[in-house]
Amino acid sequence: MITVQRSVSGSSQSPRSPSSQPFLSVSVTDPVKLGNGVQAYISYRVITKTNFPEYQGPEKIVIRRYSDFVWLRDRLFEKYKGIFIPPLPEKSAVEKFRFSAEFIEMRRQALDIFVNRIASHQELQQSEDLRTFLQADEEMMERLRSHETGIFKKKPADLMQIFKDVQSRVSDVVLGKEKPVEESNPEYEKLKNYVFELENHLAEAQKHAYRLVKRHRELGQSLSDFGKAAKLLGACEGNALGKAFSELGAKSETLSIKLQKEAHQLLMSFEEPLKDYVRAVQSIKATIAERANAFRQQCELAETIKLKEINLDKLMLTRSDKVGEAEIEYKELKAASEEATNRFETIVRLMNEEIVRFQEQKTVDMGIAFHEFAKGQARLANGIADAWRSLLPKLEVCSS
Amino acid sequence: MMSHENHGDEDASGYADLRESRDEMESLALDDSSNGPASSSSLTDRQSRRTAFNSILEPPSYAEAIFTSFDSSSSNGFHRNQNLPPRPDPFSHSDFLRIWVSDPRKEQELAANSLVPGGTTYYTYLITTRTNLPEYGGPGSEFSVRRRFKDVVTLSDRLSESYRGFFVPIRPDKSLVDSQVMQMGQFVEQRRSALEKYLNRLASHPAVQKSEELRVFLVVKGKLPLAKSIDVASRMLDGAVRLPKQLLGDAAAAAAATVEASQATQPARGGRDLLRMLRELKQSVANDWGRVKPLVVEEDKEFLERKEWLVEFEHHLSNISKEAETLVKAQQDTGETMGELGLAFVKLTNFETEEAILDSQRVRATDMKNLATAAVKASRLYRELNAQTVKHLDKLHEYLGVMLAANGAFSDRSSALLTVQTLSSDLVSLQSRIEKLEAASSKIFGGDRSRMRKIEDLKETARVTEDAKSCAVREYERIKDNNRDELERFDKERHIDFMDMLKGFVLNQVTPRRWQMRGRISQRKLSDMLEMAAENFGFELLFS
Repeated sequence: MITVQRSVSGSSQSPRSPSSQPFLSVSVTDPVKLGNGVQAYISYRVITKTNFPEYQGPEKIVIRRYSDFVWLRDRLFEKYKGIFIPPLPEKSAVEKFRFSAEFIEMRRQALDIFVNRIASHQELQQSEDLRTFLQADEEMMERLRSHETGIFKKKPADLMQIFKDVQSRVSDVVLGKEKPVEESNPEYEKLKNYVFELENHLAEAQKHAYRLVKRHRELGQSLSDFGKAAKLLGACEGNALGKAFSELGAKSETLSIKLQKEAHQLLMSFEEPLKDYVRAVQSIKATIAERANAFRQQCELAETIKLKEINLDKLMLTRSDKVGEAEIEYKELKAASEEATNRFETIVRLMNEEIVRFQEQKTVDMGIAFHEFAKGQARLANGIADAWRSLLPKLEVCSS
Repeated sequence: MMSHENHGDEDASGYADLRESRDEMESLALDDSSNGPASSSSLTDRQSRRTAFNSILEPPSYAEAIFTSFDSSSSNGFHRNQNLPPRPDPFSHSDFLRIWVSDPRKEQELAANSLVPGGTTYYTYLITTRTNLPEYGGPGSEFSVRRRFKDVVTLSDRLSESYRGFFVPIRPDKSLVDSQVMQMGQFVEQRRSALEKYLNRLASHPAVQKSEELRVFLVVKGKLPLAKSIDVASRMLDGAVRLPKQLLGDAAAAAAATVEASQATQPARGGRDLLRMLRELKQSVANDWGRVKPLVVEEDKEFLERKEWLVEFEHHLSNISKEAETLVKAQQDTGETMGELGLAFVKLTNFETEEAILDSQRVRATDMKNLATAAVKASRLYRELNAQTVKHLDKLHEYLGVMLAANGAFSDRSSALLTVQTLSSDLVSLQSRIEKLEAASSKIFGGDRSRMRKIEDLKETARVTEDAKSCAVREYERIKDNNRDELERFDKERHIDFMDMLKGFVLNQVTPRRWQMRGRISQRKLSDMLEMAAENFGFELLFS
């Protein structure tokens, strides 16, 4: 097996191991706004450094846009059922128009993490679609992208739609005479419940995290306004008291800057990872849907085969001419059934591995995020205390 | 509001209510104990610097003396006994006057004329006073009376009349402000608190403190024996209310002044003064239109400059007060959201712990728990920080009230000036009429009897007007003096109050009260702890 270097999320460092070790390292950089008005979009520079033999060369730079990433994700989702495909940042039709610097940076970071996770996944990194994504020129990419949306009716970006399809098919079965076909695996049941509930809890935590970022910003703004007002009052007062107010105002404005910086940090290294966690859980839900699909197919085929068997026996007894046809049909069905069973079992096996990997990765990711949170808050508290402390001697001077 | 020099004034700040005082007491006692004896010494030692601040910031309040004995915490007691510096006894101050407002009670107003039984309801409040003032009976005097808000309005009106030119504190509003909507209970509590603050401000005003009106209000049980306004006749005849000394100078002048003349010392009000109001209005219009230059004008350049400065000052003060409010709200919101985040993580932790199958999940659950704890503690920190911030920045808001009082004092001045101007121009027109008549009658040999009488009448009127004008001028000068004294006092006390506020605010941000209370955590140690905690990811230490 090829040993892969696990690149840290969000970074684009060059591989540390000697060049003989296989590596695949990708970075998403340099967002550039292109186009006008409604047509506007962001393009990113994707830089690949690798020594995989399948790749064209040691380094390649291409230009990609968000929909290209979506194409890649969809292809991987189709081909690698059972594996938790790394999540993408939301499409957001509204914020797109504003394209604030922060939004662009958040998206770039998320895309970078996305590609790197694929590149460091044992199976996914072998994908041909990944190679295409990382190397194809822009025209080819565009063709592939529009080809995809043209032929396939379902909207690639909408995972939830897939899940809803499954749900509706399940309810169709219910309305039909058959009972819903579901695995009767208690451990799996537990896992499914866990995943669903986890999403709720995480979403709430992320919501509060985002609000906290906003609060930091508001506090920063109010400190800035307060500082300005204090300076004005200081100018009006004049003499020692006025100086004291001016010093206070200046210090307040300094703190405002600190707070804004900390708010940004909080967003990028705490809130975004939480959001990423939520997306990852949603991706797992899509895989769960796929597994249910595969299971249902397997069951349906098994049912169909039983019927066909009975039919075949009947035909053989009556020595009908249709026996030959029926036998061929039966063989095809048998093959299909085996295939379906394989598919399902692969998904189950992969999922079991993935879950372990996912939990471990998440613990590491969250550990880092929490550490950043603590560091940030400590830094802020210290910064604030230090700033005010440095003001005290000045106030002393003013009052003496 | 306006405090006396350093820690001599026990509670001229006095608008902390009893509950608040208890909190302050706890922290005060520990502040002193943790900082050792107060000294103004070398400022290199951080501890002693803080001590110097604290002794200015938090003058020992009267409440502390009461509640000291109630403190049950043993460690506190130990520290206090050990290190408490000798503190001046609040009782020993001769100008100590402190007021509490409590026990709101609903009462029925009997509608005497109504055929239907029952009437409107109103609330009364128990007003408790403790004082050393000799006017009230000397050291250790205590009084309790019941008053309703109408009585407070009466008191306020009478004080404005008697103390023209002074920055007399403004009384609480009669009705709710703007879009405030609240329950009756909330309203009553708000009013009670506002009344307490107001009365204590009156008590700490050096001139108002000695007023008869205030004394009567605080001491005399039953119906408030203050007339709603000064009816001049009753002023002369009614012995129940002593005439304000400052108004008429010595007794001789009082006897000499006619009713007319002394009327001139009051601003024109409705009813009997209608004619005078009209005349003064005519005068002010004439002033404004500039057709007739008033005979007396505001000449004091220094005053005019000061007034202009105060307008600018008020503008900036109002601005910073508003921003302070926003700041406090932002701090509060941050604390709240931090708390909510903590709770969300507590839920997550419990969830992960329950559902944990893998070890990695258990590790993560532990991390989450630490985060939750840190967040909840941080939230408490913000809340405490804010409670103190509010107290300090409230001073800004208070001074807006002082600006209102100042405006009142300045309008006293301008209305007194207007009176002088009116009387002056009256005098001038009278004299010209006299001259005209005299000129006309001199042409008639032997004189014209009716005309002579007219001239005599006019001369008499002129004499009275002359007297009135003198009174008015004296009053105007008196008000000018009051203005000047008050401005000086305002400058001095504002300087002290604001410096204290700034220091208190900054100090609070550096080390919130709770940590001051602990005493054992110095500032240096605290930041070290924070650093360490972040490094080792040991959340327990982070905000404990």
